Amino acid sequence: MRGTVTPRVTGPDRPPTEPENRTMSQSYAAEEGTPAAAPVEVPHGAGDAVLSIRDLEVEFPTQLGVVRALNGVTFDVPRGKVLGIVGESGCGKSVTARAILQIIEKPGRITGGSITLRSVGGETEITGLSPDSARMRELRGREIAMIFQEPMSSLNPVYTIGAQIAEAVLIHQTRNREEAHKRAVEMLRQVGMPHPEAAAASYPHQLSGGMRQRAMIAMALSCNPTVLIADEPTTALDVTTEAQILELIRNVRDRAGMSIMFITHSMGVVAQLCEEVIVMYLGRIVERGSVDDLFYDPKHPYTRALLRSIPRIGRNRKAPLEVIEGSVPDPHTRVAGCPFHPRCPEAIPGRCDTTVPALSTAGPGHTVHCHLYQGDDETGRTEPGEDA
Amino acid sequence: MLIVVARRAVYMIVTLAVVSVLSFAIIAAPPGSALSQKISQLQSQGGEVTEAQIAALKEQYGVDESWFTQYGKWISGFWHGDFGFSFTLNEPVGSLIWSRLGLSLLLSIGALLIAWGLSIPLGVYSATHRRSLPDNVITVIQFVGVAIPEFLFALVVMTLAANYLGADVGGLFSSQYENAPWSWAKFTDLLEHLWIPLVVIAAGSTAWLTRVMRANLLDVLNNQYVQTARAKGVSERKVIWKHAVRNSLHPLVMTFGTTFPVLISGEAIVSIVLNLPTIGPLLVNSLLNKDMYVAGTILLMLSALLVIGNFVADLLLTVIDPRIRVGE
Ligand SMILES: Nc1ncnc2c1ncn2[C@@H]1O[C@H](COP(=O)(O)OP(=O)(O)OP(=O)(O)O)[C@@H](O)[C@H]1O
Ligand code: SF4
Ligand SMILES: [Mg+2]
Repeated sequence: MRGTVTPRVTGPDRPPTEPENRTMSQSYAAEEGTPAAAPVEVPHGAGDAVLSIRDLEVEFPTQLGVVRALNGVTFDVPRGKVLGIVGESGCGKSVTARAILQIIEKPGRITGGSITLRSVGGETEITGLSPDSARMRELRGREIAMIFQEPMSSLNPVYTIGAQIAEAVLIHQTRNREEAHKRAVEMLRQVGMPHPEAAAASYPHQLSGGMRQRAMIAMALSCNPTVLIADEPTTALDVTTEAQILELIRNVRDRAGMSIMFITHSMGVVAQLCEEVIVMYLGRIVERGSVDDLFYDPKHPYTRALLRSIPRIGRNRKAPLEVIEGSVPDPHTRVAGCPFHPRCPEAIPGRCDTTVPALSTAGPGHTVHCHLYQGDDETGRTEPGEDA
Repeated sequence: MLIVVARRAVYMIVTLAVVSVLSFAIIAAPPGSALSQKISQLQSQGGEVTEAQIAALKEQYGVDESWFTQYGKWISGFWHGDFGFSFTLNEPVGSLIWSRLGLSLLLSIGALLIAWGLSIPLGVYSATHRRSLPDNVITVIQFVGVAIPEFLFALVVMTLAANYLGADVGGLFSSQYENAPWSWAKFTDLLEHLWIPLVVIAAGSTAWLTRVMRANLLDVLNNQYVQTARAKGVSERKVIWKHAVRNSLHPLVMTFGTTFPVLISGEAIVSIVLNLPTIGPLLVNSLLNKDMYVAGTILLMLSALLVIGNFVADLLLTVIDPRIRVGE
């Protein structure tokens, strides 16, 4: 492998645009909310990351061979912002999210790299904890909460919504059942659930998909986590409900100053919600930048292809939408060189298919892994065919 | 909820009425019942007394009347506990079946409890330690348990128990307690005799239910809500028992209705081998001798148990699954 991957702390370089509001207690949906927790003062500044993931590798040994789901993923989740993670199905978005919570299904496991959490309580090296350890369980839900894609199946059908939210509260905050139940109802109210009392007493099958997703969000927020991971929370919802849920998540960020990692494969959702974006392809990060960088100045051929594949108003309707040539390779095979080279229209023969492109900087806070931008950078230009 | 129970109760009664007609029809169909044999036997003796007896018998059971009248006479006796008469054993059916039915129920329910008590934890262990050595051992034992015929297993256990444990196998009591009044010693003696049939009857169901439990749990563990629970910080033990197992019990509960008759038939075979006074051997003999009222009553009783078993299973399901309890 030629160019070495340089891990970089790529902090937000744009000045914060939103008014900073760091209290974690307001209603996220309604105008009025009852304060429930004291304001938490957290340091903030450029380069301040809540989560730092470095060279993360995850493997799934299967009967057909080892699936390398993540091959050295490096990124930071900036504090108080929404980081979008986009990429085609199977590129490892969910695996990244589950790795952070150490809830990867067996026999999958983290085989390398590190995950560092910086919360109020200090710095925690997550990869150093055993997945079943008490400390790890303490982090789940308390520091890092997660919401899932399928509102139909992400709540347990045999327990009431209220009981499921209260369960999280009982684990992390209080031993008093009544208090936990009150907190559950209060959370449901905060996420804009109509009739929160009745909703708490109902079972998941009695609620609509959008309401279930609200309940999931209420559960995730019930313990005031530092980081919220949302794994395609709106993919299964209709457009109107999706807009409502996105609005709710925006409010969560604005009011609680929560750091959010938002996984999606919709560029449209990224444009609406996120401040920074990571583009993943085959278990690697190919580009990272601010939303503006990525939408107006995309560098990586894969990012460009992704952007060309979304319909736009005002574009010639007769012009067909572009689809990315080829398909994601079978997960069991390993692609040499740049993982995108079999499908890349700009691939440099003899280079892209042999050498993994190192990280290069395309602008402030904008990085890309592609030989096209490797120029006279760290690696030095290699003429095509020179290194076979 | 009450309406559901009431509706189910009506279904049950209708089902049982249909079953009673059918079982009577099947039993009365072939010629040469124990009753007609009894009558011809009396006829061959001759004499006035016997003539009167024959007339009384014919009147009581409606021998020369229509099939429907015969059925009516039999079934109307049920209201005051008269199930007919066994002509081979010369005893009223009522006094024959109760103690045997009780013992059968005791064995079947005992076996069912053993099967559930073992199969749930074994299935959970198997599923959560997939492809480990204990899981493989459990799997092999399961296959043997499902495949081995009950009578053979009964013989094997009997031989082993007699040779190595010095157990007195067969029957319900040791000879010294056979006719003794009830006492603690007699009770423990009963238990010492009961464990062999219990083990034999429970073995097949345990193996089968462990298999069912393992498969269900593996299925449920793939559900998103299991991940949700883990992501909340729930401990792994609670994730399994509170979130996953609770959702994998449905098929087990649903098999309650069907396991029950399987247990009863298993009990019959085992009781014949082990010489136990249960309902099974009585049913087999009554069918062989065409002792129609005995056979009919037992068939009806077993059907009633089956229907009740299903009813209980449905009630249990509504308890464990809110989707059934509170409709959409
Ligand atoms: N339990 C598992 N066993 C084997 N391989 C797995 C497992 N879970 C994920 N993988 C592999 O990891 C890779 C990434 O999967 P992941 O679920 O993270 O994709 P994703 O980006 O979330 O896709 P989607 O948009 O469809 O949710 C896939 O190639 C898949 O084959
Ligand atoms: S490194 Fe080569 S193959 Fe990969 S995206 Fe860039 S140009 Fe295409
Ligand atoms: Mg996913």
